[in-house]
Amino acid sequence: MKTHSAKCHSARRKPFKRMAARAIGAAAATALAVGSVGAAPLQRLGAGEGRVDIVAWPGYIERGQTDAKFDWVTDFEKKTGCKVNVKTAGTSDEMVALMNEGGFDLVTASGDASLRLIAGKRVQEVNVGLVPSYGKIDPRLQKAAWHYVDGKHYGVPYQWGYNVLAYNTKVFTTPPNSWEVVFKEMNLPDGKSNKGRVQAFDGPIYIADAALYLKATQPALGITDPYSLDEKQYKAALDLLRQQRKIVARYWHDAFVQIDDFTNEGLAASSSWGFQVNVLKSKGQPIASVVPKEGATGWADTTMMHVDSKHPNCAYMWLEHSINPKLQGDLSAWFGSVPVVLSACKGNALLGDKGCENNGLNEFERIAFWRTPVANCGGGRTCVPYYKWVSDYIAVLGGR
Amino acid sequence: MSAAAWQAGRADPIARFARYLHSRPRLMLALLLTPPLLWLGVIYLGSLLALLAQSFFYIDEFSGQVVRELSLRTYAELLTEPNLLVVARTVAMAAAVTLACALIAFPVAYYIVRYASVRLKALMYLGVMVPLWSSYIVRVYSWKLILAKEGVITWLAEHLGALWLLEAILAVPVLGGPSLSFSMFGTFIVFVYIWVPFMILPIVAALERVPRSLMEASADLGAAPIATFRRVILPLAFPGVVAGSIFTFSLTLGDYIIPKVIGTSHPYIGTVVYAQQGVAGNVPLAAAFTVVPMIVMAVYLTIARRLGAFNAL
Repeated sequence: MKTHSAKCHSARRKPFKRMAARAIGAAAATALAVGSVGAAPLQRLGAGEGRVDIVAWPGYIERGQTDAKFDWVTDFEKKTGCKVNVKTAGTSDEMVALMNEGGFDLVTASGDASLRLIAGKRVQEVNVGLVPSYGKIDPRLQKAAWHYVDGKHYGVPYQWGYNVLAYNTKVFTTPPNSWEVVFKEMNLPDGKSNKGRVQAFDGPIYIADAALYLKATQPALGITDPYSLDEKQYKAALDLLRQQRKIVARYWHDAFVQIDDFTNEGLAASSSWGFQVNVLKSKGQPIASVVPKEGATGWADTTMMHVDSKHPNCAYMWLEHSINPKLQGDLSAWFGSVPVVLSACKGNALLGDKGCENNGLNEFERIAFWRTPVANCGGGRTCVPYYKWVSDYIAVLGGR
Repeated sequence: MSAAAWQAGRADPIARFARYLHSRPRLMLALLLTPPLLWLGVIYLGSLLALLAQSFFYIDEFSGQVVRELSLRTYAELLTEPNLLVVARTVAMAAAVTLACALIAFPVAYYIVRYASVRLKALMYLGVMVPLWSSYIVRVYSWKLILAKEGVITWLAEHLGALWLLEAILAVPVLGGPSLSFSMFGTFIVFVYIWVPFMILPIVAALERVPRSLMEASADLGAAPIATFRRVILPLAFPGVVAGSIFTFSLTLGDYIIPKVIGTSHPYIGTVVYAQQGVAGNVPLAAAFTVVPMIVMAVYLTIARRLGAFNAL
């Protein structure tokens, strides 16, 4: 159970992570960035400076203190002489704020924070030539849009994960193959209505989940990216969510409350994370998960380097260390996420041979990775920015 | 004190300073009061004013960034229908919770003051206070289990053959839901549970101050117990009820955790403020939203003052 309690701890931050604010950070970052010079990346690795300061999600950088089996810091410190100092942050906002303050070398930024940090010039270009294993990273992630901007690398991918459709196997004898079961009022296979028995995520980013469903079911809307919605597409998503409000008795935002809802409230289906599903399974609950045919939304994190990093050599050593297969596999087992280095999926005792698959490795193509919706969404289009998503989602929850 | 010690005291700079202050009482007062006043003025009122100022900025439609120009745009946004609905819902909940707390607290307080033996009194005080010592979050989460569809209350209703009653309650439109923990009733019950001690204590204080002689005089003059209660006790203890209601009303108005854990996910002022500043980065709107409970409470306190609540605090 020790592992569990630690996992619990790490999972707690996710709701906030996804709910975390975006626009304010961008504003603050831009304001603070004035005057800082865009430093050229390091060209040759020198001797370590003796320490490296990292801002990370709780549970992301473990030194065996929670569970002795999960330790990917001690050997790094021994090998390089760089002492690792971790400052945990619970939300993307907190991460952006800490990076704006300065005094750190690295940050494990999610897709929503990473672009903000780049736009705010709080992170520096990374010379991937100094990260010898960079080529071993999943090719699909090497130049992902949330860290590769204008032909420059701004970080090294760390881990990723996604949102699943969790369902009660007693209600669904065959897995549901569409998000429809949580969006539209209908009778479930057990003959009873889904009204009051399904949940949705209590965060504005869930509008993207609605858009993803519409992308597949209403091609006439022309949705290509659920994070870039024009007025018409956005309105359709909101209409769908208003319909959904009628069948959702309660929205979830805390992993543990949802675990309890599946256990004690007779919940039939909901958007969820692998984490809840794993805990429920371990408690013998009849819960399983699936990525429906429409695909799913997800998150991908990148280790990025502060523009004024005081320990760049140690930072580069960590970047290289962060993608070694052992660390990646252990972290994946610990966190329920997917490694960015595919060789990590084989021969890891903690992860098991099916670990990567269970955590979603094969679903990559069907995942719409989290990005901050911005007004200027490219191609001459104007999209609905994130702060509007927030107000409107509040209105939807209020029944308007 | 010997002359030598006196001499030494004269030379001691602290003693000299003390004597200097002693002859200048105003300066001493200023020195003593400056730190707490600074705390109150700068940290407390200052942050409040900063918040107010924020509410007059606005979010740029296009970039989503805060524009630091004075404008009433944010207030125009605040006054749209979904937001007004949030305000109405929160105020209605706060009023209902306050009323229920008063109805529960008064008999309890009355019993504590008038009937309980010394030992029982201590025990009852303890009973009221002990929940306040444990974590608020833990208590809210445990209520979630009590109210769950497969929780204690349903189990009890089943065994008492009162399931029909529970179902009738849950069938009430708007307030009901699939289970108590998924309904506005649930939110209400937990609010009442959490805040009722804040109502009991001021009423106890007010009742303690009602002189027994007045009640005896009332009885001597031929008033029935009900008349004594209505015309002597209640008017004298009412300021205590109003004082308690200030707590229950304002605490419900600002809470953002209970509606997040228990109920139907309908937004309340607290949850909206939390979302607007924490999630959206729309600090101006969050600030404008916090102005609402400030206004509501200002009105409420003005009325409470008229009712003499501050004499009972």
